Amino acid sequence: MGNKQTVFTHEQLEEYQVGVGVSPELAQLVWDAGSQESPQSLVCDIRLSVWVWSDWRGKRRDNPEASWFLSPQDCTFFTRKEIMRLFYRYQDLAPQLVPLDYTTCPEVKVPYELISSMPELKDNPFRQRIAQVFSQDGDGHMTLENFLDMFSVMSEMAPRDLKAYYAFKIYDFNNDDYICAWDLEQTVTRLTRGELSAEEVTLVCEKVLDEADSDHDGRLSLEDFQNMILRAPDFLSTFHIRI
Amino acid sequence: MTLCIAMSTSVASSVSTGESLSEEEMAQILEQVEEKKKLIATMRNKPWPMAKKLRELREAQAFVEKYEGALGKGKGKHLYAYRMLMTKLRVLSVSFQKWIKFKRDFDNFKTQCIPWEMKIKDIESHFGSSVASYFIFLRWMYGVNLVLFALIFGLVIIPEVLMGMPYGSIPRKTVPRAEEEKAMDFAVLWDFEGYIKYSALFYGYYNNQRTIGWLRYRLPMAYFMVGVSVFGYSLMIVIRSMASNTQGSTGEGESDNFTFSFKMFTSWDYLIGNSETADNKYVSITTSFKESIVDEQESNKEENIHLTRFLRVLANFLILCCLCGSGYLIYFVVKRSQEFSKMQNVSWYERNEVEIVMSLLGMFCPPLFETIAALENYHPRTGLKWQLGRIFALFLGNLYTFLLALMDDVHLKLSNEEKIKNITHWTLFNYYNSSGGNESVPRPPPHPADVPRGSCWETAVGIEFMRLTVSDMLVTYLTILVGDFLRACFVRFMNHCWCWDLEAGFPSYAEFDISGNVLGLIFNQGMIWMGSFYAPGLVGINVLRLLTSMYFQCWAVMSSNVPHERVFKASRSNNFYMGLLLLVLFLSLLPVAYTVMSLPPSFDCGPFSGKNRMYDVLHETIENDFPKFLGKIFAFLANPGLIIPAILLMFLAIYYLNSVSKSLSRANAQLRKKIQALREVEKNHKSIKGRAIITNSEDTLKNSSKNATQLQLTKEEPTSYSPSQIQTMDKKVKGPGSSSTNGRASQPTSRHLVGSQPPRVRPDSGQPQSQTYICRSASGKSTKRPHN
Repeated sequence: MGNKQTVFTHEQLEEYQVGVGVSPELAQLVWDAGSQESPQSLVCDIRLSVWVWSDWRGKRRDNPEASWFLSPQDCTFFTRKEIMRLFYRYQDLAPQLVPLDYTTCPEVKVPYELISSMPELKDNPFRQRIAQVFSQDGDGHMTLENFLDMFSVMSEMAPRDLKAYYAFKIYDFNNDDYICAWDLEQTVTRLTRGELSAEEVTLVCEKVLDEADSDHDGRLSLEDFQNMILRAPDFLSTFHIRI
Repeated sequence: MTLCIAMSTSVASSVSTGESLSEEEMAQILEQVEEKKKLIATMRNKPWPMAKKLRELREAQAFVEKYEGALGKGKGKHLYAYRMLMTKLRVLSVSFQKWIKFKRDFDNFKTQCIPWEMKIKDIESHFGSSVASYFIFLRWMYGVNLVLFALIFGLVIIPEVLMGMPYGSIPRKTVPRAEEEKAMDFAVLWDFEGYIKYSALFYGYYNNQRTIGWLRYRLPMAYFMVGVSVFGYSLMIVIRSMASNTQGSTGEGESDNFTFSFKMFTSWDYLIGNSETADNKYVSITTSFKESIVDEQESNKEENIHLTRFLRVLANFLILCCLCGSGYLIYFVVKRSQEFSKMQNVSWYERNEVEIVMSLLGMFCPPLFETIAALENYHPRTGLKWQLGRIFALFLGNLYTFLLALMDDVHLKLSNEEKIKNITHWTLFNYYNSSGGNESVPRPPPHPADVPRGSCWETAVGIEFMRLTVSDMLVTYLTILVGDFLRACFVRFMNHCWCWDLEAGFPSYAEFDISGNVLGLIFNQGMIWMGSFYAPGLVGINVLRLLTSMYFQCWAVMSSNVPHERVFKASRSNNFYMGLLLLVLFLSLLPVAYTVMSLPPSFDCGPFSGKNRMYDVLHETIENDFPKFLGKIFAFLANPGLIIPAILLMFLAIYYLNSVSKSLSRANAQLRKKIQALREVEKNHKSIKGRAIITNSEDTLKNSSKNATQLQLTKEEPTSYSPSQIQTMDKKVKGPGSSSTNGRASQPTSRHLVGSQPPRVRPDSGQPQSQTYICRSASGKSTKRPHN
């Protein structure tokens, strides 16, 4: 009971061992890793590795009691099972790159090319933007956490405000925190695959600005965007990726 | 957040130094703990990357754990309980999620259950909602016809087939001796003569027995009531769907304000994970954008009003002339044909003159109208309505001649009826009397095929409608096959060995003819309504027709038509189609009501034979089968003294309801206008506020800044309203050799602007250049713009 920094107590750890059935050595390893306060251990959540590991060994039993203190669940809209599934999806994208064992906190990024080839994203005209928005450095290469973040925001349970915030970022092509005419043009061109003529595109952009720009500054701020999206009847149903 | 953390650290230090906590501090800590807990609970709603969320989460957890202990609530116990609660909540939320999933699947299932939904959506994505509206109308019509079919089939045809007298038992159910030889020939059957004529498909087959079978089913009564309820149901369903359409169209006010924004930001469905679906979605989004663009362009069109008015009046005048001319032509031809019918040896042309003229008119008038309508320069949606109305007027002539010819035929047959009745009477009389002496053994009745019988005008009318429906269907299909499919094949495959470009040039591909198809459907339905009383099987044929037509036309449209040049959005309610349908329904009700009420039924065929009028069956039932007082009540109700006030009352009610609805809709429009005005005011207010802030910041900048060029730029940028100033600014920006320095100089200012409040740039004053300039320079990372 010495270390207050860790999130679980000894009793809980024992319970965890009983529930999950990992070896005491591994539990000790987890304990040690949990007590370190290094930035790496923050980035790669050690507890995830335990399930991955145990699940991989085929020893995991469903125990809701043991699952509550696993942090990624508090940060996403997924249950443990779903996170596991997402991890496997992530791992499947680049099996030679992503280790099954996350105990060593690897700094792994799956390149954008592989992310965008997922069936959920490959037909999306905004896949590049999505990957860029959710990736750490804005280059589209994603870590496991970015990956979980992305699908958490896109999940059905995410609230409208969160979705609107990220939708705004996705449609803001030049990352200047405003959707300006150029961003709108990009959006229209992608939506219609360039089927509209230049004048039509300009007209559409003008109309959008006219409708949604409440302070007449010729571009949409986040506030304008949220104001508009609040009234959209099918935003929630369309801005949603099932996985 | 940072403030909170700072506070928490100060409190933490105070705790760790071991000072005793005062009440205030306790309360403060408690508050913070609550806050942290809330943060933990809502962590997933924060738009942060995972790493940050984890860090915050850990900090919060550590904090809570530490201070809950310090507050003396048992180490971690409270937190533990809290987390257990959260787990339970999560379980709840998971079950909620499952419920949502179930609901979604159920909705999907429901959508899948709508027949042809996918087909129509497909067509809509390629050809626009106007073409799809025809198919939706067709589907609705199919539904109505299915109900009518169920009504007629279930209550009239099946009881007759199951419980009525079998074929060949009485004269009306037997093919006459003279026709027996050819009765099974295909040519005869194709004309609905022979065995088909003497089947349950037609009026004449039904017997006038009051009750049939062991159920004592009152067939004549059922026949009459079904005939009435066919019209009743159709009227009700048309009016109901009209009403619900109007309700639906007034319901969505909000989306009018954001048409383009919603299309832009919410039309892509992120769920799409199939390249074929994605292709369709791209096409459909493009189509819907084009539709809205057409609407927008039409509403913004500024033109010479006087010229347009003149052209519209001229076009209407020309079309009116055309209609009058064709009306007179029809009248003239019908007159002539009545003369021809009295003459003996007329040529083939003279016999078929009416049909030829009618089909020629039907072939050439609609394109003529369309050409003239091009003068009017209407929005395509309004243009379609006018076109529909005009062709409708033309087709009314068609209907008129058809009904006139039919009525002549009926009257001719009715006048012969008396004679035939006598002949039948005499034949039977002679047959029984010629038996001679042995009266003790009555002669067996004559074979039903040998009994002379009347012409049964009702069946003749039914056959006429049947023929018309079938030939109409065949002509439609043939036109589609030749006019669309073969043409498309020809254009497609002969293009590379032809002198000119077939696809872009003369024949090209056909467009889908919305007005013609809709009117065809409406008039066909009118035929069905008129004919179904005399040919109960007609609705069955029509159901088949609509079914095949759905598949065939869907295929034809997708395979061999091209979208209209200006894809336009259909009006949100299909009420114009419905209005035309209602008119046709009313028009087709008239002749049926006339024949039922004022023509005597044939004496030897049909369920009402032997009665003076068809509706006598009602009297009969009321008198024989209902208690006496009910009959009295009915007689009382039928009294004109009661009916006229009732009608008056109805008129009053209509007037009252109409005025109420008018005032309500006026109030609605006013409210909408108010909302619009409010929105405008809000916009203006915001922009004024923004401008005020900008001027403030400008002043402060002016005071603080030493850099002259920077000052000038700031001054000009937010107040860039006049074109001359923009020009100077543009010059500065594009100044020779100093573009890079200018860019650098402008960056801090624009950043400053972004930080404070965006400057006001009027979108309509023709300065998109400066606008984009501001926008791009404002982006701190504009160099990292993604290219696709």
